[in-house]
Amino acid sequence: MILNQFLILAALLFCMGVYGLLVRRNAVMVLLSVELMLAAVNINLVALEAFWQTAEALGQILAVFIITIAAAEVGIGLAIILLIFRNRRSANVDELNLMRW
Amino acid sequence: MGFEDWAAEPLNWVFLAVALATTISGLRVVTSPNVVHAALFLVAALAGTAAIFLLLAAEFLAWVLVLVYIGAVIVLFLFGIMITRAPTGRDEAEVDHQRRLPAVLVSAALFALLSWGLLSQWGDTTLDRVTAGTPTSVLAEGLLGRFVFPFEVVGFVLLAALVGGITIARRDLSPAEEKERESR
Repeated sequence: MILNQFLILAALLFCMGVYGLLVRRNAVMVLLSVELMLAAVNINLVALEAFWQTAEALGQILAVFIITIAAAEVGIGLAIILLIFRNRRSANVDELNLMRW
Repeated sequence: MGFEDWAAEPLNWVFLAVALATTISGLRVVTSPNVVHAALFLVAALAGTAAIFLLLAAEFLAWVLVLVYIGAVIVLFLFGIMITRAPTGRDEAEVDHQRRLPAVLVSAALFALLSWGLLSQWGDTTLDRVTAGTPTSVLAEGLLGRFVFPFEVVGFVLLAALVGGITIARRDLSPAEEKERESR
């Protein structure tokens, strides 16, 4: 196995997440794309950890932190989307122009 | 390392199959017109990620991913999709913006840039030190030793985020309803 096959797979997943982030209208779908990008970051961390083999497995510990923060992000993000949907009857990001100048 | 050497290693074919499945399901996550299908394809993409972790000898992390993401986060997503599906026939053809070309250009350019950087930096550096798995005790000693403070902080962040999520999402009673509840 070479290192680059993992890193390029992660780059591919990240770019697909960027595409979804730009093109989706539903806010829940935007969050799904963000999850894809976070998975790509985790692959990067674990692959580089497997390359360097640090004594404390630092890359994997960082990935644990990222997974935790991602769970918190999904919980609070969905709560915010729920509230917006209840108030505006829509969860489409391009219709939320209340604070647009 | 030539392609013959690469192809002679059986793990690389496992990687190829997993990477293909992950890429296809990731593509369906961002292109599927059906929102529920997109969430279910994310399950497949994350399962592929967990398989990649197994290939990289990160067993604990792979099962954490399966438990936390496939077990909990996706359920939360499906819940959110079901609640925010607009009742008035907002059809599924509208989940994407009409102008997709700029997004395709941005992500393709980003991918070209990233892979150029990766190829010029790493070339065909081999990953031959992946042998046995990472012992979970190493992770445990890291998390409860050197990183115990960030670990506690992240636990507190999770608690605060979930309490905040409940506070944000619960419906407040109107004054009339509140009066009624108090008089009961």
